Amino acid sequence: MHNVMKRGGAVVFLLVLFIIWEAVVWWRDIPMWLLPAPSAIIAEGYRSFGDFSVHILATTKLTLLGLTIGASIGFIIALLLHRMPLINQMVYPLLILSQNVPTIVLAPLLIIWFGFGLLPKLIIISLVCFFPIVVAMMDGLKNTDPTLKHYMQMIGANRGQTFWKLELPYAMPSLFSGLKIAATYSVMGAVISEWLGAKQGIGVYMTYAQSSFRIDRVFVAIFAIMLLSMALFALIQLIERMIVKGQTREV
Amino acid sequence: MLLEITDLSKNFGATEVLQHVNLQVADGEFVAILGPSGSGKSTLFQLIGGIITPTAGEILLNGKAISGEKGHISYMPQQASLFPWRTVLQNVVLAQEIQSKANYTQAEDWLERVGLAQFKEAYPIELSGGMKQRVAFIRALLSEQNLLCLDEPFSALDEFTRLDMQNWLLSVWEAHPRSVLFITHSIEEAIYLADRIIILSKRPAHIKEEIKVPFARPRHPAMLATAEFIALKQHIFAQMETRKTND
Ligand SMILES: Nc1ncnc2c1ncn2[C@@H]1O[C@H](COP(=O)(O)OP(=O)(O)O)[C@@H](O)[C@H]1O
Ligand SMILES: [Mg+2]
Repeated sequence: MHNVMKRGGAVVFLLVLFIIWEAVVWWRDIPMWLLPAPSAIIAEGYRSFGDFSVHILATTKLTLLGLTIGASIGFIIALLLHRMPLINQMVYPLLILSQNVPTIVLAPLLIIWFGFGLLPKLIIISLVCFFPIVVAMMDGLKNTDPTLKHYMQMIGANRGQTFWKLELPYAMPSLFSGLKIAATYSVMGAVISEWLGAKQGIGVYMTYAQSSFRIDRVFVAIFAIMLLSMALFALIQLIERMIVKGQTREV
Repeated sequence: MLLEITDLSKNFGATEVLQHVNLQVADGEFVAILGPSGSGKSTLFQLIGGIITPTAGEILLNGKAISGEKGHISYMPQQASLFPWRTVLQNVVLAQEIQSKANYTQAEDWLERVGLAQFKEAYPIELSGGMKQRVAFIRALLSEQNLLCLDEPFSALDEFTRLDMQNWLLSVWEAHPRSVLFITHSIEEAIYLADRIIILSKRPAHIKEEIKVPFARPRHPAMLATAEFIALKQHIFAQMETRKTND
């Protein structure tokens, strides 16, 4: 009940925002090529949905594939680094550095090296979404409740048992926090990678819209990106509810 | 003798925690270890559990030296230490899982017998403090080792729940005797539950006195009001007091 009210609050707030936006556009008579009204954007989205849906589908596929690969890589790196503290000390700073290279700079380089195929795109998406997973997962593993660890020792659990039965399940909520962040990044990563050369995708649609000054279509693309991010977020939350048991549920 | 500890000492760096501790637990015996906070009671359990090694002395279980070896005892800590993502049933088989294999039929049997059957699918977050300790106790009972080591299992509970839990523990234990080593800092709890009480001094801990508890079993709460009980309690209290003024 409480949750429903909070969600409802967000929707109302968004609606109010849209109404103000709409009102300002009509009142100040702002031209379409500068800032289209929400109603115009929605109308355009509805009109061109047939053509646009191909692009949404392509981006969704690319995002899901990239997120899966990036998340798996992040998960494996976190496990390895957790089990090997020495290597962790050497590699962790490099991982942080990898996040300091702006994607926009890196993407053209990857295209030069790997061509216009799927590979450079997946590399970009993986690069933007593995890091939150590594950080969240390692924090989760490291912060395992010491009283539970002590208990496992006292009953004679070995390292493997302690890991599989305690540390890994204990880190699941953290893993999902990381996944939610990664999911949001992965949509951005996919769109950016599409800007740099693709046949289909929201990124491609956006480039066309921009070069033909169809600002309403740019906004259609922006809304689509937001909806896709939210859908992914909700999907991960759903999986989390099915997997993570016995925890107090936050919003 | 099930457990024989001879001349056991433990230092952490320059801090002496245990000094020349000697104690035995016979088969089926309920022994309480009574001592003030910080005296080294949990350290003693960590030594028996094998997660730390003694500075000097020996620990024999069934005549076999077990210093530094893990997995020889059943254990119940002060904090219930249930795994939040496991149901009650999945929690009580955990210690079995670590030792060998989970026996769910036996576990369900036990939950039934001790009145926890309706909670078997519940998660720990849904349980009260007392319930959690019951589950933790059954988890310890279900693991196969002969010696049950309970480290202040009720000291985090409120007074009423604690009395309840003591009676519950007695009823379960009297129906299914096991060798128990029970750490507590409550004099009443030690007398009410144990066959024998070992009084530890303040740190560095050595054994001040060993007392055979003269009360028959099964024990009843009425015992707490008898003159004999109160006299024994005062005797132990005086013992622990003298130590204080000696320091
Ligand atoms: N790993 C350790 N390193 C240093 N000191 C310790 C360690 N473990 C326990 N101690 C010290 O040993 C003393 C006894 O602790 P503990 O056995 O937990 O006491 P009790 O269980 O009787 O309350 C305490 O003063 C504590 O600070
Ligand atoms: Mg203690």
